Amino acid sequence: MTFKEKSASGKKLSLNGDERSHSTQKKQGWEYSASPESTDHIQLRKKYDLFIGGQWVKAAKYFPTINPATEEKIALAAFASNSDVNKAVLSAKRAYEKVWSKVSPKERAKYIFRIARIMQEKAREFAVIESMDGGKPIKESKGIDVPLSIAHFFYYAGWADKLQFAFPGKKFLPVGVVGQIIPWNFPLLMAAWKIAPALACGNTVVIKSAETTPLTLYKLAEVIEEAELPAGVVNIISGAGETGAAIVNHPEVKKIAFTGSTEVGKIILRSIAGTDKKVTLELGGKAANIIFEDAPIDQAIEGIINGIYFNQGHVCCAGSRLLVQESIKDTVVKKLKYRLRSLKVGDPLDKNTDVGAINSKEQLKKIKELVSSGVDEGCTLYQSDCTLPERGFWFRPSFFTNVAQSNRIAREEIFGPVLSIMTFRTPKEAIEKANNTQYGLSAGIWTDKGSKIFKMAGDIKAGVVWSNTFNKFNPASPFGGYKESGFGREGGLHGLKEYLSFNE
Amino acid sequence: MILSTELKHLESYHFAVDEIGAKERAASIASRSIKGKSKIAAIKMAVSMIDLTTLEGKDSDGKVKALCRKAIRPLDGTDEIPHVAAVCVYPNLIAPAKDALSGSGVKVASVAASFPSGQSPLKLKVEEVKKVVALGADEVDMVISRGAFLEGNHDYLFREVRAVKETCGEAHLKVILETGELETFDNVRKASIIAMLAGADFIKTSTGKVQPAATLPVTLVMLEAIRDYYNETGRIVGMKPAGGIRTTKDAISYLCLVNETLGAAWLTPQFFRLGASTLLNDLLMQYMKQKTGVYQSAEYFTND
Repeated sequence: MTFKEKSASGKKLSLNGDERSHSTQKKQGWEYSASPESTDHIQLRKKYDLFIGGQWVKAAKYFPTINPATEEKIALAAFASNSDVNKAVLSAKRAYEKVWSKVSPKERAKYIFRIARIMQEKAREFAVIESMDGGKPIKESKGIDVPLSIAHFFYYAGWADKLQFAFPGKKFLPVGVVGQIIPWNFPLLMAAWKIAPALACGNTVVIKSAETTPLTLYKLAEVIEEAELPAGVVNIISGAGETGAAIVNHPEVKKIAFTGSTEVGKIILRSIAGTDKKVTLELGGKAANIIFEDAPIDQAIEGIINGIYFNQGHVCCAGSRLLVQESIKDTVVKKLKYRLRSLKVGDPLDKNTDVGAINSKEQLKKIKELVSSGVDEGCTLYQSDCTLPERGFWFRPSFFTNVAQSNRIAREEIFGPVLSIMTFRTPKEAIEKANNTQYGLSAGIWTDKGSKIFKMAGDIKAGVVWSNTFNKFNPASPFGGYKESGFGREGGLHGLKEYLSFNE
Repeated sequence: MILSTELKHLESYHFAVDEIGAKERAASIASRSIKGKSKIAAIKMAVSMIDLTTLEGKDSDGKVKALCRKAIRPLDGTDEIPHVAAVCVYPNLIAPAKDALSGSGVKVASVAASFPSGQSPLKLKVEEVKKVVALGADEVDMVISRGAFLEGNHDYLFREVRAVKETCGEAHLKVILETGELETFDNVRKASIIAMLAGADFIKTSTGKVQPAATLPVTLVMLEAIRDYYNETGRIVGMKPAGGIRTTKDAISYLCLVNETLGAAWLTPQFFRLGASTLLNDLLMQYMKQKTGVYQSAEYFTND
């Protein structure tokens, strides 16, 4: 047993009263003054054309991209039509055949290293734009998204001329033109995960950003220009679902790498059935974060917070299902409530912000719909009492208790800052519950006992299992899913394999 | 003999601490960006929480009196800076400190219980504390028997702190765990809880004589123990990191740690202290920088 709930609640640190109350009373004590990251050094165009064949190419249509924290328009981005996609693919094909396939692996490495170094020089600019366009806290874009993106380029640059050591005794060739479609939750990072290994393996690329977050990819296009990568080796376009479909269906695209929803992943699989296209899909998740009674509890609380509120919960591997051992459930819930009080929600560009804006109006609607389904199905909602800005898209960090495996909030991916808390009694029950989902992307295990970690990690069907930590990424470590979370691995040596075609 | 039946409450606490996680959390809080008004408020708050310390064999009446002057009025020419919380000295120097501080609101704290090693019989320690209190110390900073704790003799530790607490009477008791010798965070957490169960008014990291002294992660672990103890009992115990806190940036990180782990109720000299000596001048220097926009030479700040 750990600490008990006392009935007399007057002196307790936890929030009193109604579980759903959003008390408006001003917090006492020492408040941190606003500490906004400066935006003077940002260079943004008013309008972004398509980056095809090393040129900035005009499109017929443009769409606005807005700052989700203010709802203000930041810039216009080109909407690539079918013929633009065709242009991009053909330019990638030409670049592959005429130039890139003739460049030695050592030279390829130099280009990738150069991209990484130029990105380092512009790291702050990338971070600020990522936060403006997507709503994520500057703390995260500066501390995680941008450095990790750069690390991926450095890592795969190193592999470019060592591929025969990655796959000794095997014969292989690049795939050719690869089509890549990335999501809005980690735009730059997902681009790096996809472009870096593709280039290292000698492919050329057509990549499409997500509708709400085109800007950092176009900044990356500027870096690629500056690095003097041969024209057409990387083509960067923006648009909507139909643009992505045009990439997937183009006959010259030999491999598709997609990160996004399971729903779209299924459409992609259907549309390439019967072709010889290679494909990797990194889709949704509903990860179990499992806390045992012998866990380091205060650190586990941080792991829960990091697992579900990191990037507003817009994380495919988010620890969105908390499985907590029954004996410590009250302790964990109480500590979690207390911890939510110091979670700062607000301006993504403030250096002290922990949770930023929801990426889009559409996503906010989806989160609200799922949360009200939870309330309707009788689950108990608890929300942070933070003050939210008036404009922009926001959702309070939230969690549900009294959740059953069969509730929608326990089965469907919410992709927002909403946690569903369930309990278990034995390790076996924890494994059963953790695996009882159509997803299998990630999981977390919290216990002080090493043997339990190994046993659980072996039995949980998830691509990544973190122990006594959560949401840790490294370019050398492969990432990918089981079941409807997709297939194929990105990162590490495994990530190279997906961009090569092997002749046994 | 004092029966430590209360130590059975130890069972209701869990003791696993993950070192990597604790360090990560402390680093994350330390990266808070404190600017403008909140920085000025933090500097003043930090000054008011300092236990201005001198613990050297060569300390003399004159040295202590000079230190007391600084404690009462840290920055000449202005009343904007509050006095520090206390002056912390060896027992022989209580009298001059008491004399110099009388009527100022600055407390006199004395180390005791065979500081810094704690290696003498309990009886002698109690005698020493009795004497220290009789000399007029408002606060007693005792050291625990780390040897006994590391042997697994939790009961001894409990009885020792309890005995000293009973001897203290009105004087406030700060219990120094010497976390540098306890090594693991599990040990720090356990010793913190035992000290609180035995009646500590404050728990304190270090003597300043052992490295590492206060660190942010070890302070975080102790603050979390204080929070859990409070949730169990409703009694507020104070915290004092001591040793190695030299810069304004360090001090502000500690304040953020308290603010986010325990909340505003603890952000007062009554429940939070910084055991330091050179920190004060850095705070004053940063204060003047905030006020005037430029750094002043160190020569403008007195060395006492």
